Amino acid sequence: MTKVKSLADLKKMKESLQAKIDLREKGDAAENLIQIKVAMATCGIASGAKNVMEFLLEELEKRGINAVITQTGCMGYCYAEPTIEVKLPNADPVVFGYVDTKKADEIIEKYIKNGELVDGIIPVNYESIDNK
Amino acid sequence: MHLLICGGTGCKASASDAIAEKLKTELEGNNLQNEVQVIMTGCFGFCEKGPIVKVLPDNTFYTQVKPEDASEIVKEHVIKGRKVERLLYVDPAKKATIEDSKHMGFYRKQMRIALRNCGFINPENIDEYIAREGYQALGKVLTEYTPQQTIDIIKKSGLRGRGGGGFPTGLKWEIASKNAADQKYVVCNADEGDPGAFMDRSILEGDPHSVIEAMAICGYCIGANKGLVYIRAEYPLAIKRLKIAIDQAREYGLLGNDIFGTGFNFDIELRYGAGAFVCGEETALIHSMEGLRGEPSNKPPFPAQSGYMGKPTNVNNVETFANVPAIILKGADWYSSIGTEKSKGTKVFALAGKINNVGLIEVPMGITLREVIFEIGGGIKNGKKFKAVQTGGPSGGCLTEKHLDTPIDFDNLIAAGSMMGSGGMIVMDEDDCMVSVAKFYLDFTVEESCGKCSPCRIGNKRLYELLERITKGDGTMEDLERLRNLSTVIKDTSLCGLGQTSPNPVLSTLDNFYHEYVAHVVDKKCPSGQCKSLMQYVIDPEACVGCTACARNCPVNAISGERKKPHEINPAICIKCGACIEKCKFDAISIK
Amino acid sequence: MTMETIKLTIDNKQVEVPKGTTIYKAAKKLGIDIPVLCYMDLHDLGVENKPAGCRVCVVEVEGRRNLAPSCATECAEGMVVKTHTTRVINARRTVMELILSDHPKDCLTCPKSGRCDLQNMAVKLGIREIPGQEYAEMSTYKKDFSPSIIRDVDKCIMCRRCETMCNTVQTVGALSAVNRGFMAVVAPAFEQDLEKSPCTYCGQCVAVCPTGALTEVDHTTKVIRAIADPTKTVLVQTAPAVRAALGEEFGMKPGTLVTGKMVAALRQIGFDYVFDTDFAADLTIMEEGTELLDRLTRFLNGDKSVKLPILTSCCPGWVNFFEHNFTDMLDVPSSAKSPQQMFGAIAKSYFADKLGKKREELVVVSVMPCLAKKYECQRDEFKHDGNPDVDFSISTRELAHLIKEFNINFEDLPDEDFDRPLGESTGAGVIFGATGGVIEAAVRTAYELYTVKPLPKIDFTELRGMEGIRSATIDFNGLPINIGIAHGLGNARKLLEDVRSGKANYHAIEVMACPGGCIGGGGQPLHHGNSAIIKARMEAIYREDAGKPIRKSHENPYIVKLYEEFLGKPMSEKAHHLLHTHYFSKKKDIYIK
Repeated sequence: MTKVKSLADLKKMKESLQAKIDLREKGDAAENLIQIKVAMATCGIASGAKNVMEFLLEELEKRGINAVITQTGCMGYCYAEPTIEVKLPNADPVVFGYVDTKKADEIIEKYIKNGELVDGIIPVNYESIDNK
Repeated sequence: MHLLICGGTGCKASASDAIAEKLKTELEGNNLQNEVQVIMTGCFGFCEKGPIVKVLPDNTFYTQVKPEDASEIVKEHVIKGRKVERLLYVDPAKKATIEDSKHMGFYRKQMRIALRNCGFINPENIDEYIAREGYQALGKVLTEYTPQQTIDIIKKSGLRGRGGGGFPTGLKWEIASKNAADQKYVVCNADEGDPGAFMDRSILEGDPHSVIEAMAICGYCIGANKGLVYIRAEYPLAIKRLKIAIDQAREYGLLGNDIFGTGFNFDIELRYGAGAFVCGEETALIHSMEGLRGEPSNKPPFPAQSGYMGKPTNVNNVETFANVPAIILKGADWYSSIGTEKSKGTKVFALAGKINNVGLIEVPMGITLREVIFEIGGGIKNGKKFKAVQTGGPSGGCLTEKHLDTPIDFDNLIAAGSMMGSGGMIVMDEDDCMVSVAKFYLDFTVEESCGKCSPCRIGNKRLYELLERITKGDGTMEDLERLRNLSTVIKDTSLCGLGQTSPNPVLSTLDNFYHEYVAHVVDKKCPSGQCKSLMQYVIDPEACVGCTACARNCPVNAISGERKKPHEINPAICIKCGACIEKCKFDAISIK
Repeated sequence: MTMETIKLTIDNKQVEVPKGTTIYKAAKKLGIDIPVLCYMDLHDLGVENKPAGCRVCVVEVEGRRNLAPSCATECAEGMVVKTHTTRVINARRTVMELILSDHPKDCLTCPKSGRCDLQNMAVKLGIREIPGQEYAEMSTYKKDFSPSIIRDVDKCIMCRRCETMCNTVQTVGALSAVNRGFMAVVAPAFEQDLEKSPCTYCGQCVAVCPTGALTEVDHTTKVIRAIADPTKTVLVQTAPAVRAALGEEFGMKPGTLVTGKMVAALRQIGFDYVFDTDFAADLTIMEEGTELLDRLTRFLNGDKSVKLPILTSCCPGWVNFFEHNFTDMLDVPSSAKSPQQMFGAIAKSYFADKLGKKREELVVVSVMPCLAKKYECQRDEFKHDGNPDVDFSISTRELAHLIKEFNINFEDLPDEDFDRPLGESTGAGVIFGATGGVIEAAVRTAYELYTVKPLPKIDFTELRGMEGIRSATIDFNGLPINIGIAHGLGNARKLLEDVRSGKANYHAIEVMACPGGCIGGGGQPLHHGNSAIIKARMEAIYREDAGKPIRKSHENPYIVKLYEEFLGKPMSEKAHHLLHTHYFSKKKDIYIK
């Protein structure tokens, strides 16, 4: 792995990483690319996030859906764990709460395949510093 | 098109289910069920104006919707594309309706600075952190600012310690920077111990690099090349992610020698704690890291003068550090524009107890308890009445109805008899007995006192015993006086923050719920019906039909009576298990 | 350079003190005695115990949110301190009531009764009742009986003085705070018994304990029974340091020598023979001095099997210490037994023969400034078919108690002399009681034996003093002999580690476990950390030495006679059998690496 030797290095790196992510999100080749984040902090794992993650990994592959699944930290909605965030191409990310494997199945079939929302969406209710 | 109905507990209570049903029926009636879906969501955090219906994709936000509004929404908005003006949210400041929820002020109720990356990035991948401007603050500081300039930014930002004390962070760094020594240390206090508080764990699990970056910045400011994270061993996932993050930062050269080619060296090691609450106190924490008994020592000397291994040491809590990179990148003015006069920025709270939306929230300082509990928190569970909220965990106090509109910041909470603490917020409803609540917290401090100083070691135990007497109905009015005097002396004489604050739950409940204490002591009654010893199960002879169900289910044979005649409970035998009440089909048994 | 000073006001009085002075000390300067309980200042040892734990010494400082512990709070410029406001008095009393609420109320039968700091504090603060005592739970623990020390930690008030002595001063590490909260207490690791800990029984913990939590094992009852037993002949031996401190128990000035009164008292108590451990000290010098010269000569002749330095071995606390901590060096100390044990061995052989009695008919009691002696006399190596050479060892404090219990008016006793033959001693034997004394006594004899010349001067002042580690080079007629001295086990550890690493180059080293030597022993009248008392006792020891007609051990006529009649010569086979011992490793697996 290359070392970051200067701030300029880091900025360059950031641009290219950002570009990579943007490409993933907005690029032409990314039409089929779906991003899913599973909240895998202690609270999420304790409520079954690991099962959900495994389920998503297996099922999406089985069903031939090209998606990037990553883990992330706590989204703060402890009352609704496990939570996942799904970002379809050219759409705002949507957070789903109370996701067990049944719910995950529903999300794949309805939202990911057809863009139909399903019950259990957690509305974004905070301001991010990125908005500023 | 989607119609999102808030399915949060608050809105559900006000008929959001019925609204959803009506909407579905209306849509079907217009044969639109395939084009438009009705979706139940989690809480919007705006329960005050619930039930909420949001229309996608245009983000129209309807408030205080009633089932009978369903047909108008479908006919006007869905079919004709005209918004239903009367249901739109009216901005109280501007007195104008707001159509698009993205412009609504309530979004500003929560603002994520410390939690900015939690739930966004993969914490085990440094690239994702870098893509979100990670380590740029460190780079900026190392290449553009002197240590003092950096300290001045932190000072100007008004950032105060998030671990409980609220000491100005920049000032703390400045003191450590001015104490000359051959070796200095930066310590991150990740010994989160308040019952119900878990923001530090969440930050370390969700965004470990922000803490690493901030520690390096602090190292540069105070002249330390070594950082230590004191983390409780019960946080295995946080430890794992922190270790991965440290390794990755080292690989990228963001930790180690000659960072960014500036000649600055900094590296971080982990130290594990065994989970003693008192080790969150910085001198106790340092002793524990040194391999000594985890107990505090008298200050001064402060760690900034003589800390880890006798060297100047700066100790900050996880959340404090997590704010630092954002402050450096966005500037002190930006940060100090958020919050109140003396408490800047945001604070993360762990909402727990009898509240609908249990969870982690980050709110600007100055928000009121009402907003936090009834809007973000979604109100009280099961529609019960709010009674009190405990902030600051076992060190804090119980705040009541009259404090609901007090803006939350360090100083206001102390003035109200509580404290910020690390940000635990436990909500209590009408069913909670405040004497028992105080006893619960005392039980915790008795357990967690290190035992070094006599007032905390023995005094808290005696407070607990007094509370126990009161909840058992053995208390006297004299005991209440003793309770107050003892609490005052323990606060006044204890060695460290633990003992100096541990009587707060007692004092604040004495102040705010004195009548409950008196009820226990004089009337021998627990108004909330929580104190078993003070309860009596009574069968109403009018309502009892003599079915014998209660007598058959009583595990201790305390109930007697002839079939088809009113039964009686012998209070001397009754263990107050409640089995009879459950079995009685005639509501003949009550607790008195 | 002038010292930076600070001006402050305490109880409306102005005072100026050097920077770094605590409020407690500044108040003292004004004649204001703020009560302290856990605080202990061992000025000459450079040790101050101020955990700020008891919170009795709190005072009000203007502008400060809470009360300040005066023992640990440094004065600041312009500070305004109040030591007896209502708030302070109420807090102090409440804290004291709390401490007492978790303290047993068996003062009437407590061994510390009358000398208990906690009791005195309760009196000073006028505590008359403990509110809520009826339903207050007490923290209770298992009692721990070791051969020397009894731990009754129900009475521990967490002042941590013992911990400071055990860890900071002695570096023994047997005692530290364990448990937390209400059950926090000072104990050996894992709340094991002292016997299973690295405790050396030096007794310094007992010496500083403010309450009855740490006390000595009391053997006075056994002594009284032995005296009353007509089938037993009871001998008593008294260690040199006892005579320099016993008077304090009877209200005499520290440093008063009470040798003659002590002998008279012992006779009145009913001991059949009143002998002196000093005699055995002279004997120790003969053996240890000879061993030193032997090792030295062989070493100088190139014998590689010889280990130097030679270490003194008369202090049982020190012996325990190296058996725990320096197990790789067990062949370095002198094999000579301690004076107590040499006395016992000779009493139950040579003297028993003279009386025509069997050893079982004799009971040897020792009066020692020491608690480790209680352990030492019951070591298996010092028993003969299960019969110990020394049957019981009592401390100076226990003797004082015996004298009082036997209705003896100590102050008015006439001076009497020790019995012969085991009561005759020289000045060399006397100075065993102070740090540096053993090695000075050894030098007096070794010099003359080695050089075959009389000493030009008897007083080796270069070997005396209170400094923790001292060294001096003595000219043995052209041969420079390097001497090292350490008192206090922490200092001993430092010195021994230097020897082990080869940094220090000594021919002989004297070690005493207790600060000041035996005069500061764990069995002496409690000095409550006042080092002036130790100094006064030391002066008394050297005064006694200076007043003795004979001041070199080898000139003691009864020692000469003992060798002629019985032992042959120093290091003879018989001497070896009776007067020498060997050491064991006490290293335990429990130690944390």
